[in-house]
Amino acid sequence: MSKNFKEKFAFTILALITMCVIIPALFIFSYIIYNGIGTISLEFIFSAPRRGMTEGGIFPAIVGTMSLILGTIVFALPLGVGTAIYLVEYAKKNLLTKLISLAILNLAGVPSVVYGLFGLGLFVLLLGFGSSILSGALTLSCLILPIIIKSSEAAIKSVPNIYREASLALGATKWQTIYKVVLPTAMPGIITGAILGIGRAAGETAAILLTVAAFFLPRLPNSIMDQVMVLSYHLYIISSQVPGMPDAIKNGTALVLLGVVGIFFFVATVVRIRYKLANRE
Amino acid sequence: MLKITVSDLNLHYEDFHALKNISLNIEDKKVTALIGPSGCGKSTFLRTINRMNDLIDDVKIEGLVMLEDQDIYNKDVDVAALRRRVGMVFQKPNPFPKSIYENVAYGPRRYGIKAKNQLDEIVERSLKKAAIWEEVKDRLNKSALSLSGGQQQRLCIARALAMEPEVLLMDEPTASLDPIATGRIEELISQLKKDYAIIIVTHSMQQAARISDKTAFFLLGEIVETGKTKEVFTTPKDKRTEDYITGRFG
Ligand SMILES: Nc1ncnc2c1ncn2[C@@H]1O[C@H](COP(=O)(O)OP(=O)(O)OP(=O)(O)O)[C@@H](O)[C@H]1O
Ligand SMILES: [Mg+2]
Repeated sequence: MSKNFKEKFAFTILALITMCVIIPALFIFSYIIYNGIGTISLEFIFSAPRRGMTEGGIFPAIVGTMSLILGTIVFALPLGVGTAIYLVEYAKKNLLTKLISLAILNLAGVPSVVYGLFGLGLFVLLLGFGSSILSGALTLSCLILPIIIKSSEAAIKSVPNIYREASLALGATKWQTIYKVVLPTAMPGIITGAILGIGRAAGETAAILLTVAAFFLPRLPNSIMDQVMVLSYHLYIISSQVPGMPDAIKNGTALVLLGVVGIFFFVATVVRIRYKLANRE
Repeated sequence: MLKITVSDLNLHYEDFHALKNISLNIEDKKVTALIGPSGCGKSTFLRTINRMNDLIDDVKIEGLVMLEDQDIYNKDVDVAALRRRVGMVFQKPNPFPKSIYENVAYGPRRYGIKAKNQLDEIVERSLKKAAIWEEVKDRLNKSALSLSGGQQQRLCIARALAMEPEVLLMDEPTASLDPIATGRIEELISQLKKDYAIIIVTHSMQQAARISDKTAFFLLGEIVETGKTKEVFTTPKDKRTEDYITGRFG
């Protein structure tokens, strides 16, 4: 086989594999958009469900999902990035650190219902937060923490050491070096991790089932100590628990969930690009 | 005048004895060149003077390093403050992925200078001293990474000068540069020695001979010979020095 042929062959195979990944995703997207778009209206988005959820909108669930995602980011991002900073920049490279790293990796593989039970035990009951946005956001934070830590760790590690040395040699302290040089350089990678985490949190049902999600609660929360409806759980209920639910509402809800996640992705991507440009400028 | 006095300095990386009984005097407003084959400890020695070796785990340092009348390995020494007095330029140009302006302003900002006009002035003065002002004055907000290698290295020199250090450590500052850029930096060093004590590591005998006043020859962690550059290069006392500078080493 000529080198040229091998090259082409490898390229074709890789292209095919990429297609195999992209096409199903595209199919799912178009399916949801095609079937759901007809349901979307101002009323569907901005009003509460009525008549056992078979009519009206899903506004409380949208607000619920958004507040959960926001709350989750607020807890998980600082904690996750902080842990990653500690592991990379401060912790001695010994067995204990390796074990901690491994443990975090393993946490990423724990089924989400286990996080749900953990959240129920710790936040809802022991700490007395009850079934609330706070409990749910904290539980989801635990769930996505391994993702955030691992991706932040990778991003921080990939910052070349020569930047750290340059900063320290200029008389900057270690913390100034981390805050002013390492983090801004690592930020695009950190945000990528946050995006993955958001996606995971937004679609989660098992972990919020026991800690925040209400079956039917057609009003908006007053504070973070309130229960809320959540899009993912709502979708699960109306697709499997409520007989005679019109397909239009199911498809519309799926599309709105996709849209909400999309909004967060968009914001995160804009921030990411700004950091990328700032690093280049 | 003596700026730095090193006496009986020993450094171990774990169980590797990298610097052996080093004693050396560095004079103010002079250029001291450190020469010697690869792996003989030149960079290690340079990095003991601004305590960059502190960053490496398992380093053991014994002996005395005095910056004027301060023992820099004394427990009470503020290492960040020491590094402001002893600037460093690395072998590979390493500007931050920030703008040219922010690179130079980085040091002064870290120790609390905030006023824009003051920073502007420091940036301009440092870039002028490093002989790169004319080339970058219209693009201060452009990325430092958009500069050529030689320009980046002069920017790194400007960045170090912005701290107004007293000593400038340069670890093979021209190793990755072409002859023209090298020439500019050598010219620059001759200018800068009016104000600073400069220590430069170099693998180029010609460079050491051209720009330095004193030369120290390192071999396997020891200083074999030190003296006025002219004398070391014309009448070396040690056979090993002679072999090295005439290229008969090996
Ligand atoms: N972090 C480290 N840990 C262990 N050994 C090291 C470390 N850094 C350097 N050494 C060893 O110390 C010795 C001196 O290294 P150093 O970098 O000071 O040499 P050098 O004279 O600057 O060489 P070159 O001219 O190639 O830059 C070498 O044998 C090197 O392997
Ligand atoms: Mg070296």
